[in-house]
Amino acid sequence: MKKTLRGNAAKFSRRTFIVGSAAAGGGLALGFNLPSGFDPALAQSADGGAEVNAWVFVKPDDTCVIRIARSEMGQGTITGLAQLVAEELECDWKKVQVERVTPGQNLARKRAWGEMSTGGSRGIRTSHDYVRRGGAAARTMLLQAAADEWKVPVSELTVADGVITHAASARSLSYGKLAAAAAKVEAPDPKTIRLKDPKDWKIAGKPLKRLDTADKLDGSKIFGIDVRLPGMLCAVIKDCPVFGGKVASYDEAKIAGRPGVRKVVKVKDTAVAVVADTWWRAKAALEALPILWDEGANASVSSATIAERMKEGLAAEVTNGDRRNGDALKAIETAAKKVEAVYSTPFLAHATMEPMNATVRVSANKAEAWVPTQNAEASLAALSEASGVPLAQCEVYRTDLGGGFGRRGGTQDFVHKAVAIAKEFPGLPIKLIWSREEDQAHDFYRPMSQCRLAAGLDANGNLVGLHVRICGQSINATLNPAGIVNGKDRRQLQGLWEEPDNAQLGYTVPNLLIEYVMRNTHVPVGPWRGVNTNQNAGKDPLDFRRALMSKHPRHLAVLNAAAEKADWGKPLPPGVHHGIAQFMNQGSTSAAVAEVSVSDRGQVKVHRMVVALDCGYVVNPDQVAAQIEGTVAYGLTATLYGECRVRDGRMVDLNFDSYPIMRLAEMPKVEAVLVPSGDAWGGVGEPSISVVAPAVLNAIHAATGKPVRQLPLKNVKLV
Amino acid sequence: MARLNINGSIRDVEAEPDTPLLWVIREQVGLTGTKYGCGIAQCGACSVHINDEVQRSCSIRVGDVKATDRIVTIEGLSSNGSHPVQKAWAAIDVPQCGYCQSGQIMAAAALLKRTPRPTNQDIDEAMTNICRCGTYQRIRAAVHMAANDTSRT
Repeated sequence: MKKTLRGNAAKFSRRTFIVGSAAAGGGLALGFNLPSGFDPALAQSADGGAEVNAWVFVKPDDTCVIRIARSEMGQGTITGLAQLVAEELECDWKKVQVERVTPGQNLARKRAWGEMSTGGSRGIRTSHDYVRRGGAAARTMLLQAAADEWKVPVSELTVADGVITHAASARSLSYGKLAAAAAKVEAPDPKTIRLKDPKDWKIAGKPLKRLDTADKLDGSKIFGIDVRLPGMLCAVIKDCPVFGGKVASYDEAKIAGRPGVRKVVKVKDTAVAVVADTWWRAKAALEALPILWDEGANASVSSATIAERMKEGLAAEVTNGDRRNGDALKAIETAAKKVEAVYSTPFLAHATMEPMNATVRVSANKAEAWVPTQNAEASLAALSEASGVPLAQCEVYRTDLGGGFGRRGGTQDFVHKAVAIAKEFPGLPIKLIWSREEDQAHDFYRPMSQCRLAAGLDANGNLVGLHVRICGQSINATLNPAGIVNGKDRRQLQGLWEEPDNAQLGYTVPNLLIEYVMRNTHVPVGPWRGVNTNQNAGKDPLDFRRALMSKHPRHLAVLNAAAEKADWGKPLPPGVHHGIAQFMNQGSTSAAVAEVSVSDRGQVKVHRMVVALDCGYVVNPDQVAAQIEGTVAYGLTATLYGECRVRDGRMVDLNFDSYPIMRLAEMPKVEAVLVPSGDAWGGVGEPSISVVAPAVLNAIHAATGKPVRQLPLKNVKLV
Repeated sequence: MARLNINGSIRDVEAEPDTPLLWVIREQVGLTGTKYGCGIAQCGACSVHINDEVQRSCSIRVGDVKATDRIVTIEGLSSNGSHPVQKAWAAIDVPQCGYCQSGQIMAAAALLKRTPRPTNQDIDEAMTNICRCGTYQRIRAAVHMAANDTSRT
């Protein structure tokens, strides 16, 4: 397999042409640096081979090029989607290559590849049906081409590994020989396509190696930040540190004559950019440039003042969305025992390893962007809007992402800003890279929030009433105001919904009231990998949950799977304690059991996390496990360290020294337990992140006897 | 003007002496496998070998690098991806997004050069690079696998 991977990678090697070398000229390395496996022009029949349909191009050497519309940011979607197409195509997996569709091509072909947006763990779960149909249709056409060639009925043919055989006449032909004829066969009526039963899968469902590993091991993979084009200049940007503030003035004369600097550009009214021949020269010049800001009305806002507003919201009369059954307030009031607690979470940055960037070239009648994006169609729209060039004359070349986590989706602020700078240099490509500090200072943050939970228990400790009130900022208010209907914002109660298909609360409570109170701030917010929750209980945490879950078998099965694998209830080493949690979001249920110890000095050590996931169907078990491992790391960083503090209206944690990320030494042993129910298709990249913090906090509660109700843990004195 | 020995080649580059080695490698020399992550030696995405020691190139001024210092970047670790660390990384499918992996691989290669059979504690102490995708469990497994591979050959 290793050999195959390397073979594939060699075929779609990057296009690097060094036309002038540093050794010779003493200056810059010039030339192209474009991403591997990426060709803005899709494979064409003129290059040999043929496009059987939008999803499948077959080369004469039997290589099957599978087109991928979703963005790869590490989650393995390229491999998973290719497995699904290849499964129905019945091709030879060893001869599979992938090609990334551009949004311009998708637009020109009336969205033949469907939606390109890659967020909300939707890459596979919302496209599995049509990509498999694409593979199946191509197989049908290839079979028909063979039948026509041999003048025999299709029913007498068999196909395996990209070779069609007519046993009766002992003839066989490979896909590469049939593709040109197949391309002329009429596509089958979609109603006649029968997809395979997943029980019969041979390629999908298997732990195959990723298709995109080789060039990540030798430095040859080209991310957006690595793009290099002829004549390209580099830009660095600084936006007003206080959100909503503006540029008052800057003194360009102070950086006149600095090496390589071409221009200072005011970007919209809020930012200043320096453009130079190298990024480092631009950055050094920007740091030397005196800028005066008009910080506006928000310069006195801090985390503390925002927290006060949220506290007020917890008692507010008007709410912005609710879910209710029975009379929770009365049930709690009259219960034998009443429990009340307030929880709080801070703003979080996405902190993708690859800082935000985009390379843009704007000419009179054409605009192009090379950009790591979770939503290439949104990038295309942003490019057209910002450049004024009609959509049909714009194109976006999507590079794979050095992390996304929700940051590179809907906002497209990086495209807008890069275009604004590039318009000052018609015809020249401008690569805008944000410094880490700028990336941390101008994110769309996971909202800060508070939650008050009140519960009534009867004399036997059974939950009779539950009132959950969440106060926080609305993501829709920042990014999608249309999502707020009549002042109600349902999105903020994700995971607590009654509807079963996506993000349903897994508990049945006789008297339930869940409310959302919107308190927006001047800090922009956006989606952040997963949905975060905290659920503590009384009794034995597992039994307590089970008692509430009999009407939610999918949630319960996952909880039980995690508990069983983790040996819940059995003795642990001295000082080690269990915590458990379950949740549903992005169409999947997940549960985690954490094994945690707390030292005499209050140091938390997470030893082991058992995480169970029901994502309906598993396309690649090894990659699902990898995503679960990733959610544990991302969730633990948030639990232990994650906090973006606001002071004087601005973010103060601007790099990894004050915004620490969990390191290898702190990584617990992660055991993924996959329990696909064969029910609806669910997401993988995000769901299990939601159970990491609550499982760990519940284990800390067990270890110390004290509940933890605010994050991150670095601010909490445990002993 | 600085003279650098990178991956066995002598390169004369034009850069201000206070330019970080990282940016000279990426922009003047044109080797982009070495990544920018933080600029303050926190994340390790910029890790290279200088005289066989792993170093964070974002925090080394090019003016402080001697012409005799042997710099090796990810592109120079092996000619064909055959370094035991690269092979182990492939066998275990370590990378997710891949952005930090050049630095992780360089850190692991330096560790194994110094400590051919590292313990878990050795790995904890040496592998301090940040990965946001959370590939740490596989990194640990792959370092052990590469150590076994190295000790056999």
